[in-house]
Amino acid sequence: MQTRTLVSPTRLHRPGAKAAYWIVLGAVIVLFTLVFIGPLYWMVTGGLKTAQETAQAPPTWWPAHPDPGNYATAWSQLSLGRLLANTVLYAAGALAFQLVFDVAAAYALSKLRPVLGNVVLAAMIGTLMIPATVLIVPQYLTVLDLPILHANLLNTPWAIWLPSVTNAFNIFLLKRFFDAVPEELLAAGAIDGAGPIRTLWSIVLPISRPILGVVSIFAVTNVWKDFLWPLLAEADPARQPLNVGIYSLSQNVPQNILIAALAIAAAPTVVIFLIFQRNIMSGLAAGSLKG
Amino acid sequence: MTVTAAPRRSQRSTRSGQIRVPRYGRGVRRNLTGWLLLAGGVLCFLLFSWYPMIREFVLSVQQTRFGETSFVGLANYQRVIDDPAFWQAWRNTAEFTGLALLLGFALPFLIAVVLNEFRHAQGYLRVLVYLPVMLPPASALLLFKYAYDPGDGLFNSILSTFGLPTSQWLQSTTMAMPSLVLASTWMNMGSAVLIYLAALQSIPGELYEAAEIDGARLFRRFWHVTVPQCRLVLSLMLMLQVISTMQMFIEAFLLANGSGPEGATTTVVYLIYQHAFNLNDLGGASALGVLLLLVLAAFAAVYVRLDRPRG
Repeated sequence: MQTRTLVSPTRLHRPGAKAAYWIVLGAVIVLFTLVFIGPLYWMVTGGLKTAQETAQAPPTWWPAHPDPGNYATAWSQLSLGRLLANTVLYAAGALAFQLVFDVAAAYALSKLRPVLGNVVLAAMIGTLMIPATVLIVPQYLTVLDLPILHANLLNTPWAIWLPSVTNAFNIFLLKRFFDAVPEELLAAGAIDGAGPIRTLWSIVLPISRPILGVVSIFAVTNVWKDFLWPLLAEADPARQPLNVGIYSLSQNVPQNILIAALAIAAAPTVVIFLIFQRNIMSGLAAGSLKG
Repeated sequence: MTVTAAPRRSQRSTRSGQIRVPRYGRGVRRNLTGWLLLAGGVLCFLLFSWYPMIREFVLSVQQTRFGETSFVGLANYQRVIDDPAFWQAWRNTAEFTGLALLLGFALPFLIAVVLNEFRHAQGYLRVLVYLPVMLPPASALLLFKYAYDPGDGLFNSILSTFGLPTSQWLQSTTMAMPSLVLASTWMNMGSAVLIYLAALQSIPGELYEAAEIDGARLFRRFWHVTVPQCRLVLSLMLMLQVISTMQMFIEAFLLANGSGPEGATTTVVYLIYQHAFNLNDLGGASALGVLLLLVLAAFAAVYVRLDRPRG
């Protein structure tokens, strides 16, 4: 499976080269562990320290008097439960909206090709050229007073759910995948009397699981990591997601409590990632290349 | 057009050529279903992408005073350009982008090339590099802010342990921007490494073998095989990185309270934010947005021109 890379395998079998390989590998492992796990370790143990210990000049490697109570304090004082629930609500809704609307749009553009479909597709892809932050002002005004309906979406989940649908990259990925679904398969369904929606549901979606997985990961991480938009659209502290809420509340808490809160905020995604890392990484690599 | 064209398409036979398959009934119905499926997406794009895009341009030539909106031409542009903060913001943005390219563009590629050579622990190392990408950015950045503390922060402690000079980090006008780049690179590098690894793994091994037989040593093989084979991915990532770093906001906002010492970290996007939400100057903010848009579009256009395959 492993193909040849820069250094040839035969060369690696020579005694000197073998030693060099293991030394370099060992050094890289140590370095990477320090650089990428180090800060996380420091965050988790920092959350166990007392206020004085976090402010101590040479930092201690292990808390002198570990106090898990900090985590409980952080949880209640920063209302992390509520922030977490908000984040999950926004992420789940954005995922559902994107899966329904983006999949339907991509399927229509790929397989049904209605009149003017190409124009719509071009206009959607065109938005990839417009960086999101540039439109922050008119977008804010739009959710403040929705055209025609005159509804104010600020401080409602809709302000995050609906704009998340306008993800041209997802539509592009999905359409490319649907384009590759063989026509014969759809024709077979049509002979059996399946309409277009039935075909989507029973034929196209089941074989599109890999791309649906990639799109889902993108959808959830986008919401999880977004900052500027929820900062503006969900100004009410009771409705903020974790990422924004932790910043808003960070000003008024002692440092050790804040660090405990950062660790709690980081935990859910890190744990999910570690459990599913094999699937997530192969999915992301495949999605990014074929995109 | 549809009524005549659609039946023809629907009669197109399958590859076997035996049976004619009427696909999804008549053209009208097919169009109707198609548009029905498109409706949700198109409505969202209309409301949250296309309409705001037009509105950005309209807002940039308007001024709102006491609830009255009037056309002011290019006055908003004039005003934001005359502001000394304007040029500083562009310089800062360029500095961030430049540093982020030095660090955030070259480093992930080199890491990917090294990781690709390992036959052991590659999975572990990949997970490590990607781990920070999974953190909420606020979590990672506030942690860095704490580590950058000039008094009792982690970084200065490490530096002084090794007898190296300590730094003021975010409090210093010269170090503030590099500090942001460092945090940003740590936080975002993982996805680039993953993409490069995938590209490296698709390079045919025979190319290296052929190069080796021709007597190319390690560095020449890297330069004449690895780099050209990754050219497409590299140039695409370069453009994406420039576009995304020019929109830097959260790093400045969380680490340096936005403007940083003497405005050393004020970026263009932060300036937009300030105009819109602190100064209540929507016209100025929109004018800045249009200018940033034009610069990024010009950059993308240059990229497309340069990247066109020659010959």
